[in-house]
Amino acid sequence: MSGDKDINIKVRIWRQKGPSDKGGLVTYDVPGVSTGSSFLEMLDLVSERLMEKGEEPVALDHDCREGICGACSLVINGVPHGPRSATTTCQLHMRSFKDGQTITVEPFRAKAFPVIKDLVVDRSAYDRIIAAGGFVSVNTGVGVDANAIPVRKEDAELAMDAAACIGCGACAAACPNASAMLFVGAKVSHLGLLPQGQPERQDRVLKMVAQMDAEGFGGCTNMGECEAACPKEIKLEVIARMNRDYLGATLTKRPRGAEKGGGA
Amino acid sequence: MELDGKCPTGPMESRWTRHKAAIKLINPANKRKYKLIMVGSGLAGASGAASLAELGYEVSCFCYQDSPRRAHSISAQGGINAAKNYQNDGDSVYRLFYDTVKGGDFRARESNVHRLAEVSNDIINQCVAQGVPFGREYGGTLGNRSFGGAQVSRTFYARGQTGQQLLIGAYQALERQIGLGKVKMHPRTEMLDLIVVDGVARGIVVRDMVTGKVSSHFADAVMLATGGYGNGYFLSTNAKGCNATAIWRAHRRGAYFANPCYTQIHPTCIPVHGDNQSKLTLMSESLRNDGRIWVPLKKGETRKAADIPEAERDYYLERKYPSFGNLAPRDISSRAAKQVCDEGRGVGPGGQGVYLDFAESIGRLGESVIRERYGNLFEMYERITDENPYKVPMRIYPAVHYTMGGLWVDYNLMSNIPGLFVLGEANFSDHGANRLGASALMQGLADGYFVIPYTIGNYLAQGRLAKVDGTHPAVKAAEADVTERTKKLLSIKGKRTVDSLHKQLGLLMWENCGMGRTRERLELGIARIPELREEFWKNVFVPGSGEDLNVALEKAGRLADFFELDELICRDALAREESCGGHFREEYQTPDGEALRNDEKFAHVAAWEWKGEGRAPERHTEALTFESVHLATRSYK
Repeated sequence: MSGDKDINIKVRIWRQKGPSDKGGLVTYDVPGVSTGSSFLEMLDLVSERLMEKGEEPVALDHDCREGICGACSLVINGVPHGPRSATTTCQLHMRSFKDGQTITVEPFRAKAFPVIKDLVVDRSAYDRIIAAGGFVSVNTGVGVDANAIPVRKEDAELAMDAAACIGCGACAAACPNASAMLFVGAKVSHLGLLPQGQPERQDRVLKMVAQMDAEGFGGCTNMGECEAACPKEIKLEVIARMNRDYLGATLTKRPRGAEKGGGA
Repeated sequence: MELDGKCPTGPMESRWTRHKAAIKLINPANKRKYKLIMVGSGLAGASGAASLAELGYEVSCFCYQDSPRRAHSISAQGGINAAKNYQNDGDSVYRLFYDTVKGGDFRARESNVHRLAEVSNDIINQCVAQGVPFGREYGGTLGNRSFGGAQVSRTFYARGQTGQQLLIGAYQALERQIGLGKVKMHPRTEMLDLIVVDGVARGIVVRDMVTGKVSSHFADAVMLATGGYGNGYFLSTNAKGCNATAIWRAHRRGAYFANPCYTQIHPTCIPVHGDNQSKLTLMSESLRNDGRIWVPLKKGETRKAADIPEAERDYYLERKYPSFGNLAPRDISSRAAKQVCDEGRGVGPGGQGVYLDFAESIGRLGESVIRERYGNLFEMYERITDENPYKVPMRIYPAVHYTMGGLWVDYNLMSNIPGLFVLGEANFSDHGANRLGASALMQGLADGYFVIPYTIGNYLAQGRLAKVDGTHPAVKAAEADVTERTKKLLSIKGKRTVDSLHKQLGLLMWENCGMGRTRERLELGIARIPELREEFWKNVFVPGSGEDLNVALEKAGRLADFFELDELICRDALAREESCGGHFREEYQTPDGEALRNDEKFAHVAAWEWKGEGRAPERHTEALTFESVHLATRSYK
C-alpha cells in the first residue's frame, strides 16, 4: 500500500450498444491511476471522465467487489479475470500493470453468454443448469439434527473446495470449446461428495449435463484453460468426477418416464 | 401514535409455539390460488421464496442482480449463530436470546429475539440437510468458533465464506422451485414503487434493467427482503448495488421506517486507500479469535510494528474489557478504535488504522494452522494492500457495515401497511441498536425459512382480496410516478456525475452521523443534506436513455432515495437523546466513555411516518418492555 504510485495507461474497451450492435474496441487514455486502485476503480475513473465529457459510462457487471458474488466478468488482455491467478477482476489491482501499458478489456465470450451491452453478458444459462438438478431435494423443516449426519472431514473439505465456485463463468469464457464442465462438475462434486447428495446423485448429473448441452456449451477436451482461469481454484478433478458419475448413471439408471424441471 | 407490535404474551419460552398454534391455516390445495411477491433473493428472500413455493403458493421473485445467487448475503464471511450447545459449554436458547438482547443494548423486542434464538437450531439442521459444507471436526461432527459478545462457541462456519455457502443452499432451493415452475424469477429487475390499493399492499412496479420496460405485478401479499442501507454513506462494506429504493418507496407509500439511526460500524475493515476508493472490504470478526488488536502507546509513533517492544504497545481491548478482550462487540470495538486514533495513536497513512496482529498466534499454533483457519481472508488482505499479514500485522479501521434499522414490522413481520411484509436486514426488529457477529445470517434465514411461511398464511387466511389489475387508478398512478421520475432524471443533463454527488453525501454522513454523533453535527447534517439534494435534482448528469441498460440511471434513482433516507437517519439520531449500541451521542456517555442509555425516555422503537416532500416526518413510538432480561447497563469489562 505504501509503495503505491500513479501510472498512465491506455485501455482498449469493448463497446457495444446492444445485442444486435456489432461492437468494437475503443481506446481511452487513462492518466493518473493509483497502483493501489482496483481494476474496477480504474474503470470507474474511465466512466466518470466519459460522463464529464457528456458520454455514456462503460456498462459492466460488478457488485460485491470482494471476489465472492461472481458478478464481474471481464477478459483482461485475453485472460478471463486478468493476469493474476486465483483472483477475480474486482480483486485485481493496478499494481499488476506497468506505467505506459495498454490493457485490452473484453466481455466473457461464449455462445451461451450473449452480450447485452458493452461488457455485460447474459449468464442465466448457469442458473438454468442449477435449476435442472443442482440441489438436494429437501423441503424446509426436515427436523433431523445436524449432527445426526456425520461427514468425514476430508469429504467436507473436498466438498467445500468445489462449493467455493462463484458461478462467474470464467471457465466457459476461457475454454476454447466454451465448455461449462468445470462449473457443472463443481456442483456435481460438491453435492456428490456429501451423504446428503447421494439419493439424487445419478439424476442430478444426468439432468445438469442435459441442460448444459441444451444451453449450447461445448464439450471438454482437457485443455485445462478453465482451471487456470478459475478465480476460486476449482480443480479439473471435478470434471473427472462428473464424467465418472455420468458414465455410471447412463449405464445403471433406469428411466423414470417424462420428467420436467427439477426432480422433486 | 403508540404502535402495537402484536407480540404474544405469557411465558417467553412458549410464545412462538402458542402463536403458531393459534395461526389460521390455508388448505394445501388452496395455496396455489394465492400469488406472492418477493423482492430480493438474499438469505431472507431466497429462503422465503423457496419455502413458500414448497408449501404451494405461486411466488414471483425479483432481484436487481443478473442471478439470485449474487445477492449480497454471499459476502458474509464469518458464520452463523445457533444455540446447539454442541460444545457442551453451557449454551442454550435462553443464553443466545440473552446475549442478543444485551448485545442490542436493550433496544430490540424480546419476543422476536426469543423466537430467533429458538429457530436458530432448525436453521442449522435445514442447511446441513441441503448440503451446506460447514466446517467439521475429524469425528465428522460440526465445528464451532467464537464471535463477539458471547462467552460460548456457537458460531457455525464454512471457512471464511459462510454467507456464500448458506446463500448457495437457499439459492439451490430457490432454483429447484424455479425448475418446478413454482417460482417465476425476474433477475435484472428493480422494484421502483409499491402498489397500495385501499390501504393494502397489492403489488409492485418494476423496471426491467435491460429493456427499460416498466411493468406492474400483482399479488395477495408483497414481501421485501432487499437488505440494508449502508450505501447511504457511499463507502461501506455493502455491494455496490445495495440500495434502499424498495424500502424507501414503500416508506413513501405509508410504511413506517424504524430506528434508521441504528447503523453498525464494523471494527475490522481494510482502511481507505485514496480518493478513488469505491468500497470497503471487511476482515471477518472471526479473525479476532486469534488476532490481537493494538496501537502504539506513544502518539505519533514512527517505528515499524515489529520494532515496537511489547511494553510500548497498548492492547486496548484486552486492557479495557478483560473478560471479552478482543471479542468485545462491534459497536464497542469500533468506538475504542476511533478513540485511540483520535488520540493520535492510530497507525498507517493519516493515522486512521489499528493493528490486528497474528504474530502471537502464529508463534503458538504455527502458520499452517492460521492459514487453514483464515487463509482466504489473509489472501484477500494481501491482494488489496500488497502486504503479507503472516509477516506484518494487518491494519484495520471501522467502516459502515450493517443497518439494524429498517421498515417497522410487527411480530408477524408485517409492516403497518396490511399485506406488506419485510424480512431480513430490511426490517428493524431483532438486533436492537447493535447486531452481534454471526446474527445477520441467522436472522435472514429465520425470517425466510421459519417465520414468514407461518405468519403470511395467517394474513392470507383472513379472506380473499378483490382482484386488482392494470386498470386500477392506484396502479396507473404508481406507474406514472415511476415513468415521470425516470424522465426527470434523464432530462436534467447537468454537470455533476451521480458518483461525485454520492461521495459528497457519504462524506457528509460519515462526518456528521458516523461513530460519534452530537446535536451540533446532526443539525448541520440536516441542514446540508437538503442543499446537496437540491444540487442533485438541478445539476446531476444522467446520460443515455430509459429504454436500455443504463447504469447511470439506475444509480441516480437509488441516490435520489438515499438523499431522503440519509436526512431521516440524522433526524432519528438527533431525536434519540441517549447513546445505545451503534448510536453514540457524545453528549450521553459514562465517565469512562461508554454508551449511556436513557431507559426512562427512550426504551422504545422510533418509527417514522413520511408526510410528503418538504414536510417533517412524524415520529411514532412502540414501547419496549423487558420481562425476561432485565434492563441493565451493558458491560463487557
